[in-house]
Amino acid sequence: MTTDVHQLDDGAWVSVNDSREVNVSNLWLLARSDFCGCELTDFLAEGFVDVSVDHPNIEARMAGRCIACGTEGVTDWLQVGRVIDPESGEFCAIDPESVHFPDKRRRLARPQK
Amino acid sequence: MPTKVENWKDEVYGNEIRDHLMEFAEQGWESIPEDEQDAWFERFKWWGLYHQRSGQESYFMMRIGTPNGVIEPGQLEVIAEVADEYARGPAENPEFGDAYCDWTTRQSIQLHWIKLEDIPEIFDRLESVGLGTQQACGDSWRNIVGCPVAGKDKHEHIDAWPVAEELHETFKGNDEYSNLPRKWKVAVTGCDQGCGQGDINDLAYEPATKEIDGEEKLGFNVRVGGGLSRKEPRFSRSIDVWVPPEQAADVGAGMSALFREYGDRDDRFNARIKFLVDEWGTEKMRSVLQDEFVDFELPTAGENMRESYTYNAGGDEHGDHVGVHEQPDGNYYVGLNVLVGRMGVDDVYELADLADEYGSGEVRLTQRQNVIVTDVDSDRSDEFLDEPLLENYEADPHPFMRGSIACTGTEFCSLSIVETKNRQVRYARWLKDNVAVPDGVEDFHIHLSGCTASCAQPQIADISLRGMKTRKDGEPVEALDIGLGGGLGENPHFADWVEMRVPADEVPGYVENLLATFEDQREGGQTFREFIAERDEETLQDLAEAEETDYEDPYMHNTKMTWYPYVEDDDMQSSPAPTNGEGEPLQPADD
Ligand code: HEM
Ligand code: SF4
Ligand SMILES: [Zn+2]
Repeated sequence: MTTDVHQLDDGAWVSVNDSREVNVSNLWLLARSDFCGCELTDFLAEGFVDVSVDHPNIEARMAGRCIACGTEGVTDWLQVGRVIDPESGEFCAIDPESVHFPDKRRRLARPQK
Repeated sequence: MPTKVENWKDEVYGNEIRDHLMEFAEQGWESIPEDEQDAWFERFKWWGLYHQRSGQESYFMMRIGTPNGVIEPGQLEVIAEVADEYARGPAENPEFGDAYCDWTTRQSIQLHWIKLEDIPEIFDRLESVGLGTQQACGDSWRNIVGCPVAGKDKHEHIDAWPVAEELHETFKGNDEYSNLPRKWKVAVTGCDQGCGQGDINDLAYEPATKEIDGEEKLGFNVRVGGGLSRKEPRFSRSIDVWVPPEQAADVGAGMSALFREYGDRDDRFNARIKFLVDEWGTEKMRSVLQDEFVDFELPTAGENMRESYTYNAGGDEHGDHVGVHEQPDGNYYVGLNVLVGRMGVDDVYELADLADEYGSGEVRLTQRQNVIVTDVDSDRSDEFLDEPLLENYEADPHPFMRGSIACTGTEFCSLSIVETKNRQVRYARWLKDNVAVPDGVEDFHIHLSGCTASCAQPQIADISLRGMKTRKDGEPVEALDIGLGGGLGENPHFADWVEMRVPADEVPGYVENLLATFEDQREGGQTFREFIAERDEETLQDLAEAEETDYEDPYMHNTKMTWYPYVEDDDMQSSPAPTNGEGEPLQPADD
């Protein structure tokens, strides 16, 4: 099946195949991001701005704040989980507290997908 | 490209949702196909139902829209019965018990833990006394707000209640305006105090006089594009239009049709009309309204009464309607303080009885989450004040209790970052017991919102609190951003954000220190708002330190990660949800 993603309830959720999967209010540790000057951005997700599929990965851009330095804004594309079974569309979320590497290039690469 | 939500709305929206809702209810929670849940939940909002947050699947928040906050004789008892029978969740709230009503900042009523299966019966009960949930959420005309004592107030110039009522009747269930790009919030004010809060609504009617054919007439000036959500608060802006009461609905129709046609359906974050006003400016707003959406000549704005607005203006105010006030007919209205707007169901029954016994049976809701018993017999107000219910819901509350407002927060809301209502109850009590009230302050506004949606209207409080997180000893804890000096009045002002990410258990200490500085440094009878207004950002940041005190906060631990923040076993995996119509846990769907 094709994977269907969208944000819901004014950015509260990433919905994957019509199931609410990733919610706001988690802290995400971002490495090598240029979101702020911190070595590790300690990012509080306050809202999902954009979601997309880069098979099998589900990615999102989040609005929020680095709670270490206070920088506010929207992140680059971040993987929030993956569809582990393309047949059933079963989704597996990523642990927000592991370290993530936002992908700056993906936006350029996107049209080819 | 239209958003997904717009596509769902194109398929089914507005009145027609009801038949589907009833069918799902009849067949039970599991009859909603899994891959259609998102679409149906979005649509159910139009009928006042908002699916609760994660860990509470199959349960809904239900909003009942009471225009202008007017609960007519006979209605409150039914509201209590519905809450009593249908709004009992699987767990108890330690402050409020297991069934309660929330009086909201837009003069509506919210119930929680509603099961889909009960909705047909609930609708029957509500509708049998003229209540309803239609358009209480969703992309349409929301509950009309206004001065809560409209028609019963000595400050009034126009009786705004018939106007609010006409708007309600014209636009409830009206297919022409049922599918707007986003919510549409309207305020009607008839008094010279500004208690309709028009400044923070999408469309505002404000009292104004205008000379028409040599005669001075009373009507409304029209403002557009207010709202607090996200980090983009706006005050509504005058579009230089005056309208007589009998044409208020025509202008409302025109304005909301303009929004329907020109609002942004490609980006929900940019959809509220406040952004269209930003983009177009007020002159274009007016000319498009005139040219395309009304068929009579719009008079230019009349003489407004903003100079006399005291509501939430920081100084002496008749403002929040708490206390005993004489009505023009010689009877009294008595405003009672409801801490954070939540009332246990037994108290709601009692309130309904008292309103019958001492007044006309009418009760009204304010935009400060309080209740007003109207039409109290002129010779029985003292007797009423002695009623035991009024020990908890006081007519003469302590300034910190009186000024406290809180939104729904992590208890039920998907967007939330922090716990709100129970925390604010604890804050108010601690402040009352530990902090000296600055001289002359009768009502000190502290508004707590769990996220930037700003349902508790934090930006227009003396102290604004907004949900955040921080780390304490390396561990994530719930925290609040603190803003100061917001309010309405002739020259409304949004709070300036001064302290960021203060751990929630250090906020009472901050307030204590702040008020000590205020008392120490204020000049003469300066109000708190004036005191804040005359200081620059840097000075404000140095006013006070946050610190721990003997205040204890049981909700520091990321309450959003629990299925319900107050139960012993709060682990997400221990949630009984989703449940069937009897409240029994369903097996997790096998997909
Ligand atoms: C389950 C989720 C939610 C709950 C329980 C909730 C609760 C409330 C309550 C109690 C009020 C005041 C009452 C009323 O309108 O009658 C309110 C108003 C408001 N809500 Fe929510 N809300 C929720 C979701 C949202 C969302 C998703 C937004 C998104 C932007 C939002 C934005 C607002 C704003 C901005 C106000 C009032 C301030 C204003 O615009 O003047 N709420 N909400
Ligand atoms: S302000 Fe945020 S947390 Fe509070 S009820 Fe509104 S959406 Fe939920
Ligand atoms: Zn940082």
